[in-house]
Amino acid sequence: MARLLHYAAHPSPGTSSANSAMLKRVRGLEGITSLDLYAEYPRYDIDIEDEQQRLLAHDVIVLQFPLFWYSCPALVKEWLDLVWEHGFAYGRGGDRLKGKLLMLAVTTGGPQEAYGAEGYQHYELRTFLTPFEQAARLAQMRFLAPYVLHGALKTEPEAHALGFLRLMTALRDERLDLRAAESADILTHDTLPLMGIN
Amino acid sequence: MSDFLLLAFLFLIAGVAAVPIATALGLGSVLGYLIAGIALSPILLLLEVDVVSIQHFAEFGVVMMLFLVGLELEPKRLWEMRNRLLGLGGLQVGLTAALIAGVLIAFQMDWRIAVAVGLILAMSSTAIVLQTLAEKGLLRGDGGQASFSVLLFQDIAVIPILALVPLLAMPGAHHAGAEDGHGAGMSLVADLAGWQAALVTAGAIALVIAGGMFLTRPLFRYIAKARLREIFVATALMFVVGIALLMTLVGLSPALGTFLAGVVLANSEYRHELESDIDPFRGLLLGLFFMTVGAAINFQMLWDDLFPILGLTFAVIAAKALVLLILARIFALRGSEKFLFGLGLAQAGEFGFVLSSFAVSNLVLPETMAPRLNLIITLSMMLTPGLFILYERVIRPAFDRPVVREDDEITEKGTAIIAGHGRFGGIVNRMLLAAGYKTTVLDHSAAQLDMLRVFGFNVYYGDASRPDLLHAAGIEEATLLVIAIDDPAQAVAIVHHVSQNHPHVHIIARARDRHHVYELYNAGCRDVIRETFDSSVRAGRSSYEALGMHPFEAERLARAFVKADRHALYELAQVWDPEIPETQNPAYVQKVREMNEVMEPGAALGAFRERHERGWTPPSPQDTETDRQRIEAARDGA
Repeated sequence: MARLLHYAAHPSPGTSSANSAMLKRVRGLEGITSLDLYAEYPRYDIDIEDEQQRLLAHDVIVLQFPLFWYSCPALVKEWLDLVWEHGFAYGRGGDRLKGKLLMLAVTTGGPQEAYGAEGYQHYELRTFLTPFEQAARLAQMRFLAPYVLHGALKTEPEAHALGFLRLMTALRDERLDLRAAESADILTHDTLPLMGIN
Repeated sequence: MSDFLLLAFLFLIAGVAAVPIATALGLGSVLGYLIAGIALSPILLLLEVDVVSIQHFAEFGVVMMLFLVGLELEPKRLWEMRNRLLGLGGLQVGLTAALIAGVLIAFQMDWRIAVAVGLILAMSSTAIVLQTLAEKGLLRGDGGQASFSVLLFQDIAVIPILALVPLLAMPGAHHAGAEDGHGAGMSLVADLAGWQAALVTAGAIALVIAGGMFLTRPLFRYIAKARLREIFVATALMFVVGIALLMTLVGLSPALGTFLAGVVLANSEYRHELESDIDPFRGLLLGLFFMTVGAAINFQMLWDDLFPILGLTFAVIAAKALVLLILARIFALRGSEKFLFGLGLAQAGEFGFVLSSFAVSNLVLPETMAPRLNLIITLSMMLTPGLFILYERVIRPAFDRPVVREDDEITEKGTAIIAGHGRFGGIVNRMLLAAGYKTTVLDHSAAQLDMLRVFGFNVYYGDASRPDLLHAAGIEEATLLVIAIDDPAQAVAIVHHVSQNHPHVHIIARARDRHHVYELYNAGCRDVIRETFDSSVRAGRSSYEALGMHPFEAERLARAFVKADRHALYELAQVWDPEIPETQNPAYVQKVREMNEVMEPGAALGAFRERHERGWTPPSPQDTETDRQRIEAARDGA
């Protein structure tokens, strides 16, 4: 069993449907540490030491957030800025995250076809997520394809939330085909490369 | 009685008339007093007033001044000064005396007289120099510190010089029972053998130091409990006068004794209180002293011999300045500080009067010479303010250095003054100290102080609502004043005083309630903190969370509430009028009504809610569609 650490981050949970549903599905699952980052640090006073210990105690880190202006909400960035210190995540002696997995679970407002050279968002979704991908590379982690829900505002979130549940349990039970997950562009609830039961 | 009143009135009116004019012209108060004294001299002559005896009395101002200087100087600092004190001071007295004596001998003067005159003129004027340096804020610089070392050394040196002068007496002209006119008529050591006298003297100094260390605290605490201002003043005076008396009895300089007592008390929590109690006496007595210097000028003698006397005066100043500048070079004083030291101490001083009369009574100086010598001393003192002006206006600008505040550790005056060290001020103090800021804490409960002292806090006894105490605590140089005292009315009074007289100070005031906020705001405070507001808001936020609200939502809602409430308070403070009760103030009533409309619970908390709900609101599908169409249209058109 892999030790799984899940951060959900939405600054306005009252107006979120998909992200709330996802968090609700995985919260309380055995073997998964699931945290609401904005509830953990409503005053942004992130405890660096605590957070680093948390990272060290897990093998898989999943960051779940809505895409805001082509990036993560501010507190996720703050968390990254503070917790992934040099000497810890990168730089001299900074190999403490080496070999762990990093995965994003992202919801977007725009539809799938908006992301790409032809779409009105002009770039691929993965292009917007390259900072995280490169951060994982610098920290010597494996970066899996993001689990994505496009058009989150128009879509009924239940299927996506259930897919997220399947994904998380598969990660925990090491039933996700990591190689496939690494080489995929994005993962959705109906394209999860699960092993064993299919 | 009427004679005394007349005399007091004359001196007061002269001082009151002349000093503000001199200060306004940038000449400094000393010159003002001196001029007032000159103006008074014909009247005093007419009334047959004994100016010299008044001068002796007024010299007690110097004693008080040294006490105050001592209060500013921690023992540690004094110890660090020891090299300068002995080196600079010793060389200044020795070289100046030698130079002047040498020149006089070259002019065929008897060597004994020459040495006596040299020693007399080597002294500088502690009163004028310290007063001027303090007034111009130059005491803390390098030059000021060096000057102070020399003055202190001279103070100490007077005693051995007094012992030395009789040895210079003309052979066969012994004259017993010489009295220096300066000391008291009685002595504890006069009839003792040398070693006994030394023992008594050392004992007296030990008594002053031990008394200052162990006796003053319980005494002042006892007095403080009575909460009577005048008794505290009386105690402070008793203390200074007592030490001066003791020192005189054992044949030491009273100024030296009180200076030592001041140093011993520099770490005491009653320091600022003592400072503000003694300071007015010091000011008045020194003023009187300067006026007597001006009044003592013998104009008859001056006119008769104008050029020789003026020439000699300038020669003395030049000789002293020469020695001082050489010493400044040796002791590595930099830039304009060198000249401050050189010019500032170039006059002869009040100790010269003492020494010259002593020398006459010991038949060292011819009786005809003393008045001329005294006239030269007086004239050189008269010229000192001019030399300071020369330094300030010509020399310092020439060095064109930005005025750096050096040796900041010399002053314990923190950049923050905290009035009241209770539950509120105590936290502020701990936070400031933790961040490395210096604070000066004033509190008025002796019991509280004792406890804080035990825990090693730097706190002082005193009632912060008194302007003079704020002055002693360094309000002029402070950046911040935190008013955390219990009495709401006093807090308002302090805000009023400080915002009027020290507008550069940022005031943070603790408010009891809304009404108190208005009063503090009205008095000029723009940083009013309600004492229980923040904790109430936190309790409200905890309540939100306990009722199931998301913590970040609770945080934002609490912040929005604070913002709306502070805004409302600010608006109300603008229209609040101390003269009109709130219910009869139409503008105030109108504002409250407007606010009630938007703050009503049913109305979703109005502006407060609206402010809170903006933020991270997702776009609607229409928004997304609009963007898509616009971008695609632009691309297709291109």
